[in-house]
Amino acid sequence: MTDQAYNFAYLDEQTKRMIRRAILKGIAVPGYQVPFASREMPMPYGWGTGGVQVTAACLVPGDRLKVIDQGADDTTNAVSIRRFFQRTAGVGVTEATAEATVIQTRHRIPETPLAEGQILVYQVPIPEPLRFLEPRETETRKMHELEEYGLMHVKLYEDIARHGQIATSYAYPVKVEGRYVMDPSPIPRFDNPKLSGNPAIQLFGAGREQRIYALPPWTEAVSLDFEDHPFHATKAPHDCDLCGAKHSYLDEVITDDTGGRMFVCSDTDFCAGRRAKGHVGRLGEAA
Amino acid sequence: MTAHALEGGFTEASVQSARAFREILEAMARPGTIRKIAGAQPPAPLSIAAGVALLVLADPTTRLHLAGDADCPVVRDWVAFHTGAPLASAEDADFALGTWSALHPVSRFRIGQPDYPDRSATLIVECDRLAPHGPCLTGPGIETAAWLNLPETAAFRANRALFPLGFDTLFTAGDRIAGLPRSTRVEAI
Repeated sequence: MTDQAYNFAYLDEQTKRMIRRAILKGIAVPGYQVPFASREMPMPYGWGTGGVQVTAACLVPGDRLKVIDQGADDTTNAVSIRRFFQRTAGVGVTEATAEATVIQTRHRIPETPLAEGQILVYQVPIPEPLRFLEPRETETRKMHELEEYGLMHVKLYEDIARHGQIATSYAYPVKVEGRYVMDPSPIPRFDNPKLSGNPAIQLFGAGREQRIYALPPWTEAVSLDFEDHPFHATKAPHDCDLCGAKHSYLDEVITDDTGGRMFVCSDTDFCAGRRAKGHVGRLGEAA
Repeated sequence: MTAHALEGGFTEASVQSARAFREILEAMARPGTIRKIAGAQPPAPLSIAAGVALLVLADPTTRLHLAGDADCPVVRDWVAFHTGAPLASAEDADFALGTWSALHPVSRFRIGQPDYPDRSATLIVECDRLAPHGPCLTGPGIETAAWLNLPETAAFRANRALFPLGFDTLFTAGDRIAGLPRSTRVEAI
């Protein structure tokens, strides 16, 4: 039940109105980072305060909330945020991607395709894709204004010069609808193709950096690349050792001190769903 | 101020505003879709949807422009009591409310600045009715194409040409609402 000491979904109404206005402007200008007056939340910066505020502004009582941390439903960050909204908003929770109406995520897009009516909320640490190339906010803002993204291509080119390929493996920049270059949060570049043309609403919240941005449904988000070095979504060249999935993003788990290791789906709901259907991987046990 | 101005707000503000915002979000994120919002009983000539949109989005930090018939003492009192939004001229407004003809010329509303395109006005346009036919809409939020009975196309085409600057629009009729962000391309058919 909702804790009576708190307003619905924790935040006060004035704060939610401010966040909601920022979300709508973000939707209207896809990929542009809208400044907002981020609040102190009952968790430290870096633990998803931006995502939590966006989720709080979007939740309605009938929602079923799913929270994932690197694809997993059962890690500390995911469990505590899920419990936070159970307590302050009284919403239902689920681990099944298809059943969720709102999904807050840290650094993954679920393997199960999203649908209309779902909202995917990303926790974002550094929303500015140009920040590590140009530390001054005044300058990066000017670069977005002038569509001056040459520096980002130089960075990707330096990857090729040094490593023979684009080595950026996460937080891989995308260009949204041919206008703004956007940081998709530190999702693996394996997930980048799912950003584009997604039927769900995708909202990005950066609490410490006080920015909200958005991808409306069916919005084009193109991963930056070169004609002779086209973008590739990459993953570990293995199958999941538990469910045998060939095309899911994998975590590498060290199992002993003699070099033993296993690869498992990072998306725990996807992996569990496959195992329940009888799929078995190299190290899995038949159900 | 009349006693009537004290009535017609949300009875359960946090939950009703959350439900209404979710509909407004879907309307803005999927241009051309018509959603239903409820929970407020604003005084005439405001529609329910326009009143709800104000309660959800406007507060003492947002300047509101009332245009045409909407700029009457009853509405001003109701807005002052329920939102506290200061009234402003069209050029300064964060939100502007009125019929399409009353809001004209729309080129006077704020379109944001090149470095801060979010600092732009949101128009709440009162319509007689909303219907999913008329000018063709394409762009972000629309899979192939959508249709909406816009009051005109030239102004929205001019607005789209300013992208990423421009105003954003909510259309209201009765308890129905539809959205048209600046990113949408509009073509008369």
